Amino acid sequence: MEDSGLLDAVLPEFSSQHPGYVIKVIAVGSGEALALAERGDADIVISHSPAAEERFMAAGHGRARTPIMANDFVLVGPAEDPARVQGASITAALAAVAAARAPFVSRADDSGTHARERALWRDAGIDPSGEWYMQIGQGMGEALRIASERAGYTISDRATYLALSHALYLNVLVEGDEGLRNVYSVITTSRGRNHAGADSLATWLAGSAGQQRIGAFGADDFERSLFEPLAPRD
Amino acid sequence: MDVFIESLREAGRLLLSGDAYVWQILLLSLQVSGAGVLLGLIFGLPVGIAVGLLRFPGRGLAIALIHTGFALPPVVVGLFVYMVFSRAGPAGHLELLFTPTSMVIAQALLAAPYVAGISMAAVQAVPPDVRLQARGLGASRARALLTHLAEARLGLFAAVVAGFGAVISEVGAVMMVGGNIAGETRVMTTAIVLETRRGNFATALAFGLVLLTLAFVVNALLTRAQQARVRAGVHRPFA
Repeated sequence: MEDSGLLDAVLPEFSSQHPGYVIKVIAVGSGEALALAERGDADIVISHSPAAEERFMAAGHGRARTPIMANDFVLVGPAEDPARVQGASITAALAAVAAARAPFVSRADDSGTHARERALWRDAGIDPSGEWYMQIGQGMGEALRIASERAGYTISDRATYLALSHALYLNVLVEGDEGLRNVYSVITTSRGRNHAGADSLATWLAGSAGQQRIGAFGADDFERSLFEPLAPRD
Repeated sequence: MDVFIESLREAGRLLLSGDAYVWQILLLSLQVSGAGVLLGLIFGLPVGIAVGLLRFPGRGLAIALIHTGFALPPVVVGLFVYMVFSRAGPAGHLELLFTPTSMVIAQALLAAPYVAGISMAAVQAVPPDVRLQARGLGASRARALLTHLAEARLGLFAAVVAGFGAVISEVGAVMMVGGNIAGETRVMTTAIVLETRRGNFATALAFGLVLLTLAFVVNALLTRAQQARVRAGVHRPFA
């Protein structure tokens, strides 16, 4: 999400309205973000790994969790599409990639995208391994760049893919599948030091101002908004 | 404190257990950095020796440039190699980005200034009389140069050791041009970054200790070779 530039577009407005709070963004995958928060190193988390978030809340590490926006994942790959996945369902597409042993870049970083990728492989009935399955332990931007350079496939959130697509040799090959929907939630943490600031930011993000900002993001550059705001709560 | 003790235990376990994942990473680190230093030697050594021994216009500038190379940030070298080998770059057709080869090239670029700078200092530290004496005793120019280099061997070894130390420990360039692909381009330092990001501090620190152990073993071997030659050669520099 950080690679898409959303926070840079949204946070300055909050900061100018609330000059008393300083926001430091630590851009990491969802799993890592929740782990940071669990150790008390974050006041607020934006995450998109529903199963991990539910475990996080159940363990008492979070105070409140609010879905704020959604977008979708896409399967991207080289235009030549050696595994012939274009237009297939996501599970059929992954099965075709594995059968063709076509290069596939996995973030392998416990991020929300990685968690979804693992779930989709499970749905496809495949336990991916082998030289074609490249586990990089890095963020979305790197995964896209490596897929592009090595002419491989990867699963990306649409926003990051669009934001970087000008420098990528990758096309969207599978999209719109139900298994590819991606919901982001904001969580205020129990062990954070600044509860008031965290609450203020969470309320703002879920409120009309934040939601409007989120909905507008990307409309100028990509002629479509990159994130779908989920109804304001206030 | 517990996390440090746990890391020590974990490091011992990782090294002793013969864990395939760890040994593969260790081996790749050695291969990439070893090849990087070797390549850096091929370029850095002649440059260092030439700048150390010859007098030519612009020599001061050359020395300043070599020393500036000590401060070359690995990420900048990584960026440069990335741009050259990316599909949009001039050497994109070679398809070397995110392979060990591009990592070796980046590390060679990083090692070369160390090798050049330290070998330059090493040959300059030898009194010029050595070469003159050798010439006076009837040695050819090439022979006299070899004699000079033999006198400088301690410093030349130091150049190799410093170059190796610089590249085995850097993460910026190998991360950028290697991509940290498990089993293919993941080395010790990128593995440390990864484990830290995952919150596995003990494993990350253990990898760090393994890296230091590796550096110690390599340096101990180099030093042994170095000191052995000193003992063997000290009384017969012209042999």
